[in-house]
Amino acid sequence: MASHGIRDSVAIVGMGCTTFGEHWDRSTDDLLVDASSDALASAGVALDDVDAFWLGTMGSGLSGLTLSRPLKIDHKPVTHVENYCATGSEAFRNACYAVASGAYDVVMAIGVEKLKDSGYSGLALTAPANDGTGLTVTAPASFSFLAPAYAKKYGVDPDEMKDVMTRIAWKNHRNGALNPRAQFRKEVSKETIACSPLVAGPLGIFDCSGVSDGSAAAIIVRSEDAHRYSDHPVFVKALSFIAGPATGPIDPSYDYTTFTEVVRSAEDAYQQAGIADPRAELAMAEVHDCFTPTELVLMEDLGFAERGFAWKEVLAGTYDLDGELPVNPDGGLKSFGHPIGASGLRMLFECWTQLRGEAGDRQIGTIGNGKRKALTHNLGGAPGACVSFVSVVGDELDA
Amino acid sequence: MTMNGIVGYGAYLPSWRLQRSAITSALGSGGGLGARSVASHDEDTTSMGVEAGRRLLAAAPHGYAAGLLSFATTAPAYVDKTNATALHAALGLAAEVPAFDAVGAVRSGVGAAWMAQAAGGIAVLSDMRTGRPGSADEAGGGDAAVALAFGSDDVLAEVVGSASVSAEFTDRWRTPGEPYSQQWEERFGEHAYAPLAEQAVTAALKSAGVTADELDHVVVTGTHARAVKAAVKSIGARTEALADDLTAEVGNTGTAHWALVLCDVLDRADAGQLIAVVVLADGCDVWLLRTTDALAARRPPTTVRDAIAATRDDLAYPLFLTWRGFLKREPPRRPEPERPAAPPSLRTDDWKYAFVGSRDERGFVHLPPSRVSMASGEIDHMEPVCMADVPATIATFTVDRLAYSLSAPVVAAVIDFDGGGRFQCELTDVDPVTVAIGDRVQMTFRRLYTAGGIHNYFWKARPLPAEPTDTED
Repeated sequence: MASHGIRDSVAIVGMGCTTFGEHWDRSTDDLLVDASSDALASAGVALDDVDAFWLGTMGSGLSGLTLSRPLKIDHKPVTHVENYCATGSEAFRNACYAVASGAYDVVMAIGVEKLKDSGYSGLALTAPANDGTGLTVTAPASFSFLAPAYAKKYGVDPDEMKDVMTRIAWKNHRNGALNPRAQFRKEVSKETIACSPLVAGPLGIFDCSGVSDGSAAAIIVRSEDAHRYSDHPVFVKALSFIAGPATGPIDPSYDYTTFTEVVRSAEDAYQQAGIADPRAELAMAEVHDCFTPTELVLMEDLGFAERGFAWKEVLAGTYDLDGELPVNPDGGLKSFGHPIGASGLRMLFECWTQLRGEAGDRQIGTIGNGKRKALTHNLGGAPGACVSFVSVVGDELDA
Repeated sequence: MTMNGIVGYGAYLPSWRLQRSAITSALGSGGGLGARSVASHDEDTTSMGVEAGRRLLAAAPHGYAAGLLSFATTAPAYVDKTNATALHAALGLAAEVPAFDAVGAVRSGVGAAWMAQAAGGIAVLSDMRTGRPGSADEAGGGDAAVALAFGSDDVLAEVVGSASVSAEFTDRWRTPGEPYSQQWEERFGEHAYAPLAEQAVTAALKSAGVTADELDHVVVTGTHARAVKAAVKSIGARTEALADDLTAEVGNTGTAHWALVLCDVLDRADAGQLIAVVVLADGCDVWLLRTTDALAARRPPTTVRDAIAATRDDLAYPLFLTWRGFLKREPPRRPEPERPAAPPSLRTDDWKYAFVGSRDERGFVHLPPSRVSMASGEIDHMEPVCMADVPATIATFTVDRLAYSLSAPVVAAVIDFDGGGRFQCELTDVDPVTVAIGDRVQMTFRRLYTAGGIHNYFWKARPLPAEPTDTED
């Protein structure tokens, strides 16, 4: 399979990100107007300067009109993108390719989701008409399959496993407490996390990401044009997206301790970006911590830990804000909630902020120490049947 | 060719029983001694009927071809639409086998058996009986299903005589849509039934040329407890011949009840014994059966007594009321399930009802069936494979406290079938506290939920009774 990538071909020159939370007083339209305006201002361009748009949303609207109508975009291409929880990242990926192809000079990728208007706890999806034989468990239940399988495979006793999960939630909330855009901006004690009411399997409420509204946007141009718009652009090193064959739920050889799609998209991204040792070379990673066992498994799938050792690394603080490889320095889905279409671009916004040294209290030391690459990761679906996205961005052009 | 007897039987008792004392302690009245069987929240008369049918087919003579499927219940899942067709699909019967319902009255169970006897087919009698909280019917009712196969080859109980008497009177009644029935003053029913029983029993004995004292087993059931007691006395059979009517341990299971007691008798009867079955319901129906040498070899592996012993009888009364719809509980803040759509359900009939997947040329089982092999990528090189009777092992599981269910929490598992094939499904009749990776399970046909007036039938897994094996982890 050829996957050539577009390493250093395009650059992000402006980004915007709303606060994430229960925005009872702001509509999907409001969130789109706010995120796009901030991104345009950040890049120093006007709406008319943008040649084409990619809009990611899973349930907050259909078609490009969802964006063109509130922004009054004047007869330009607006593509609606949906790819489960990687929706925002997919909007970004396709927008980047459009610029790299030479089709457009300036494009916008924007993601939005308004989850709180549904009135339900957790995500509520509408399936196409079907025969009723699909398993209708909730997202936390699907992902909770990971915890007992991982613990059994690597001999982690259930109490220790709970400590590992708790520490992931604790770390992400601790990071989110330092982020003014986060939905939850408070540290949460390990006791509170560990004793929270059970939702699915060993997952308590604090092992699950929240439900929120939000939007984020990026302005993308060719790398050679980047400095016309920004004195500190961020270059795209790698973009990988994989849809798996969804055989985990029917293949007895799948053991629920890995996301094969993530492994493959990470390999692809590292190859595109020329990364040999991700743990050593990356300054940070924003990963899809929809549930705490997900983040644990991702540490191994993304090559941040040896197989069977991520739980020890978590307990050792390897992925803390001041650790060897900070993971989810902005607080992650845990602190932001997961407005589907917005999350991937929100992760990029943190890379943008950190690489530019604008993260304030949560500015990570690894970047000061000369590491100039950051990773974002999304996955959508469930263990054994998912889509995965990995990007690598950096603020220096490779030689 | 004469269709002269029963060639196979199978009984299904749900996994739960309610101690009648639980009613008494909750309400301060009602209840009583013993226990009643209770269909779980995901069972109805159709799903229980499928389970009884599966047990029957597993024990039926090799190559048995049913001439008809009749289904009787007082609690049909549907009216207008035939319920027997769901059983027909789940049991994998040929399209040419007619499937009919006989629903509404308790006596329909006898009618369904008549139809099956006449056509050399299968009668499935399935019922859920209930009453208002605190009532005698609530405590005295029971839930169960029985399937009987009739034919002329390899008969295990030959029909040697029968009689039927019908009468119109108002003893027990219920208008459509009512969740419970009503009964006239008790002594009236006894008065009305006594002569009917005497007439029918006398005629049946005469038709077979036997006398009451020759009867080895006497099964008497009906819709009226006092009338049943009176009839037992009036028959004049030997005391030791009277069969335990199972009302103490199971309750009266409506259309299925006479057949359930008959199954219990067949579980232990010797060859050459004479059995009388007397059913009091809007008249009196009597069958005289003589067991054959074939009986011993073709009893189902699990007896009615085994099934009763395997139930859990610690069901909480509030849960019983919830399952029965008498207690409306706060649902989780989640969307209600969508109704299953008719066209995709028709396209996947074999999968949805009979649990038929596909197997590729390398032997990989695909659940649900798939046109493309996950192993080779070959398209349409598949053969159908029915996995309904294949045991499986839990690979991993979860307890979902957020999902919508009448009986939260939902327990979901990934299960691996013996000999290959993996499936993700809900577990039922399982204790969420003790379920573990490595537990053994079997498939069971259930009603997952009802939405838009459509019942969503499909398969779940339930614990397989423990096997004597080493306790190695």
